[in-house]
Amino acid sequence: MVVVRTVTSFGRSGTFDWLYQRVTAVVLIAYLLFIVGFIFLAKDFGYQAWSELFAQRWMRVFSLVALLSVIIHAWIGLWSVVTDYITNRVMGGKATALRLFVETALAAIAVLYTVWGIEILWGV
Amino acid sequence: MLKVSIYRYNPETDKAPYMQDYELDTQGKDLMVLDVLELLKAEDATLSFRRSCREGVCGSDGMNISGRNGLACTTPLSEAAPKNKLVLRPLPGMPVIRDLVVDMELFYEQYKKIEPYLQNDTPAPAIERLQSPQEREKLDGLYECILCACCSTACPSYWWNPDKFIGPAGLLQSYRFLADSRDLATDERLSNLDDPFSVFRCHSIQNCVNVCPKGLNPTRAIGHIRNMLLTRAV
Ligand code: SF4
Ligand code: SF4
Ligand code: FES
Repeated sequence: MVVVRTVTSFGRSGTFDWLYQRVTAVVLIAYLLFIVGFIFLAKDFGYQAWSELFAQRWMRVFSLVALLSVIIHAWIGLWSVVTDYITNRVMGGKATALRLFVETALAAIAVLYTVWGIEILWGV
Repeated sequence: MLKVSIYRYNPETDKAPYMQDYELDTQGKDLMVLDVLELLKAEDATLSFRRSCREGVCGSDGMNISGRNGLACTTPLSEAAPKNKLVLRPLPGMPVIRDLVVDMELFYEQYKKIEPYLQNDTPAPAIERLQSPQEREKLDGLYECILCACCSTACPSYWWNPDKFIGPAGLLQSYRFLADSRDLATDERLSNLDDPFSVFRCHSIQNCVNVCPKGLNPTRAIGHIRNMLLTRAV
C-alpha cells in the first residue's frame, strides 16, 4: 500500500503539525491582545513604560515564545503552500530543486529571525 | 431553444480541447441534463459521456454542469440552465479521456488506500455480526456515497495533490469504516492517515459539501477523523 510517508513539515506527523498550527495561533492571539491592551491601558504609555515592560524577564520569555510561534506557524503554513503549488506533478522534475531552494530560503529566514529576535530582546 | 455548449476533446484527432455549441428544442419540458445529452448524441454520435443507471445511483455521470459539479441524470434544466444556456464540462482537474469522460484512476487509487472493507479477525458468528440500532445509526450519511467524484474534483486541495491527499470521497468512506462497530482495524487505519497530506490537506472550505448530489457531508466526516487522530496523539 502506498501511503504517503515523506517528510513531515515540522512535527512528527500531520496531526502534530495541525496541533502546533492551532497552539501557535492561540499564543499569537494572546500576545497580540496583550500588546494592544498594554498600549491602550498603560498609564503614561511611552518609551519609559515600554522599556520597563521589556526589561522584565517574563516579558522577554513571552515575546520569545511569540516569536517562535510566528516562525513555527509560518513554516507549517508556507510548507503546505509550497507543497501545493511547486509539485512534480505540475512542473516535472525541476519542481524538486525549486521546492528545496524555497524551503532552504525559508528555513534560513526562520533561523535568522530567531537569532535576531533573541539579540533584540536580551540586548536592550 | 436551449443553447448547449459542450467541452469536446478527442486526443486522437484534436490538438486541443474546444467548446462545441448545440441547440435543442426541449418543447418546454424540464428535462434532466442527461436527457439533453442523450438527445444530442442521437444527432451527433461522436459525443462521448458515461452513464448507466440514469437515476442517481451508479455515480457514472458526474460532470461540471454550468460551473457546478453534479450528476447529469438528477440535475434538471430548471436548475442548470435557468436562462436556457447550459454549459457542460468534464469533472475539473481530471485527465480527459474523451469529451466528458475522465480518467478516474487516481480517484480510485485514493479509495483503495483507505481499505474500503470491513476488517475483523475474530471468529465470525454463525449468522452475522450484530450491531445495535445506535451503532448502525452512525453509518447513516456515510454509506450512501456512490463514488461519483463530484466532491473530490471540486476540492482545491485535491486538484493540487490528487496523488497524496485522499480527498473528500475517500475520507468519507474511511470514516465509514472507522465508525463501524464491527471493524477492528481502527488503529492501523488511523496510522495510515497520520501524514501531512492524507487528511490534513483538507482546509474545511466545504466545496465538497456544497456539491455532493447525495447531500452527504465529507467535511464533517473529516472533522471526526481529525478528532480521532488528535485523541490518539495527545
Ligand atoms: S461524497 Fe457525495 S459527491 Fe462525493 S463521491 Fe460520494 S456521493 Fe459523490
Ligand atoms: S472541506 Fe476539505 S475535502 Fe471538502 S472541499 Fe474543502 S478542502 Fe476539500
Ligand atoms: S447515470 Fe447513474 S448516477 Fe447518473
